[in-house]
Amino acid sequence: MTDTLRPLAGFGGSEGPAVRLRAFSNLLPRARLTILAATAFIVALVIMAAAPHLFTHYDPLAGDMLAALKAPSADHLFGTDRLGRDVFARTLHGARYSLSIGLGSAAISVVFGVLLGLLAGLRSRLLDEAICRLFDVISSFPGVLLALLVVTFLGAGMENIAIAVGIAGVPKFGRVVRAQTRLVRDADYVTHAAIYGQSRFGIFARHLLPNVLTAVPVVATVYVGTTILAVSGLSFLGLGPQPPTPEWGVMLAESRDVLRVAWWPGVFPGAAITLTVISFTALGNALQRRFERRVP
Amino acid sequence: MIFGPLGRRILSRLGTSLVVAWGSVTAAFLALHALPGRIEDILAGDLDYPGLREAIAAEWGLGRSLPEQYLDFVARIASGDFGVSYVLRQPVAQIVGSQILPTVQLATTAGALALALAVLAATLTAGRGGAARSVASTIELTCASAPVFWIGILLLMAFSFSLRWFPVSGAGGWKALVLPSAALALPTAGLLAQVLREAMEKTLEQPFIVTVRARGLGEGLIRLRHVLRHAALPAVTLGGWLIGGLLGGAVITEKVFGRPGLGTVTLNAVLTHDVPVVLAVVLLAAFIHVAASTLLDIVYVVIDPRLKAQ
Repeated sequence: MTDTLRPLAGFGGSEGPAVRLRAFSNLLPRARLTILAATAFIVALVIMAAAPHLFTHYDPLAGDMLAALKAPSADHLFGTDRLGRDVFARTLHGARYSLSIGLGSAAISVVFGVLLGLLAGLRSRLLDEAICRLFDVISSFPGVLLALLVVTFLGAGMENIAIAVGIAGVPKFGRVVRAQTRLVRDADYVTHAAIYGQSRFGIFARHLLPNVLTAVPVVATVYVGTTILAVSGLSFLGLGPQPPTPEWGVMLAESRDVLRVAWWPGVFPGAAITLTVISFTALGNALQRRFERRVP
Repeated sequence: MIFGPLGRRILSRLGTSLVVAWGSVTAAFLALHALPGRIEDILAGDLDYPGLREAIAAEWGLGRSLPEQYLDFVARIASGDFGVSYVLRQPVAQIVGSQILPTVQLATTAGALALALAVLAATLTAGRGGAARSVASTIELTCASAPVFWIGILLLMAFSFSLRWFPVSGAGGWKALVLPSAALALPTAGLLAQVLREAMEKTLEQPFIVTVRARGLGEGLIRLRHVLRHAALPAVTLGGWLIGGLLGGAVITEKVFGRPGLGTVTLNAVLTHDVPVVLAVVLLAAFIHVAASTLLDIVYVVIDPRLKAQ
């Protein structure tokens, strides 16, 4: 029995982001408030991503050289960049890229992590051993460097950095699902279902899968924050969407040249990334605390 | 048994490390062969000078059978030979060797700074309700959620452009090291402080703390001598992950501050499609990660003697 719990101890390396937020929830005893604020921000982000033109009449790509590097004002809430483009409009439009690449790469991690985790938890010991070593190999590469390797082979671009960040996250979900599968597999209700003559597929679909997958959305919510952070870093390095795309990382990379004279292009996109990451991690963490209370 | 429990632990760790090392080399080999196009073209990238493709074919033994190529590749990497960069026309080992120092400097300074900040924040605020702790938690969460390059940009604006205390870029002297290591350290420190504080608060509730208090030890000594040691375990678990994060973050930090180093070399290699260089750096980082994890396993036993008995 204790044997089934052991995989959890092996989490070590890649577990960082999941642990990081439990501490934050202590800060706000009213977890509801956290959930509410984080959800509100994420909903706002989704609306911004879906229909950015509702909030601004400026075109994020249209420059106006006469209005270059204007400080924030009523006309330009976040000021303008060195080509005279409205930073507020660009930040709004940027939500689309960060959300879609971040969610896309998290989806890749979830799909492959769940499949491999289920395989490892259910099938032969040999397969289990092989998949666990695969996870070890993937997670021993620092995220950014693994992504650099993938981009070297596949080339720069939005899809490719999503794939790169997605691969790095596979072990995270794989290990959670594997551990959960092994716990559920040996649970009494599964044994009983087998005694009552339910087919293997029936047990898998009706008992195992639902109980294994409950853990995934919680982990995924925290993880989306991590992927958005990683994706913005790769864009900053110039490996993702290319200028003039109004992606937050790209905008910050462009702002570096004008920092001496203008602070605004270098502040607002970064604040957007930080707030987004905080929202996803805070929400995921609050969910995680609830989840832990529900499933002893 | 010849080895004690600690010895066995380290041996099993080393076994895993070997598997990881072999696995990553094999994965790299397979990736190279699975890609569409001829290997000569992949390795040459956009370059084209007479004799280049023939030289690559000869160096990588492309005329021979696949198993032979594979064994040769593994043997070469194992002996530390990563081949030649066809972009820079230099042995990869030389390129990496000449650029590794500034990066190691940056990563170790940042690591030490992160550790110091985290221990300070956690020791001062753990288990103490009130404003100071809330403020510290908020700052930690913000640091842990902010991108390294944004922190770097903010530091540049405040301390280089406005106050002019530190140079904007370069790698000359300690002054040029201050801002980059601060930028790299802050996210790690935020993460570490959160984990440390949570662990310290759990420890402070333990019965033995009451005993120590009853002996009349001051609060500061209790925290430093007793609580910190217990709380170190979960932090050490994070260690391997954090070291990897520092190495990856160094690439981004070097770009923000225009610092020379391995990150700059890697980034240029990625952009010019210089496969041997990228491969070498990534494998090196994986080895460092594995070595650090092994070392941390030993630290684990030193911190918690109970593990020795198991």
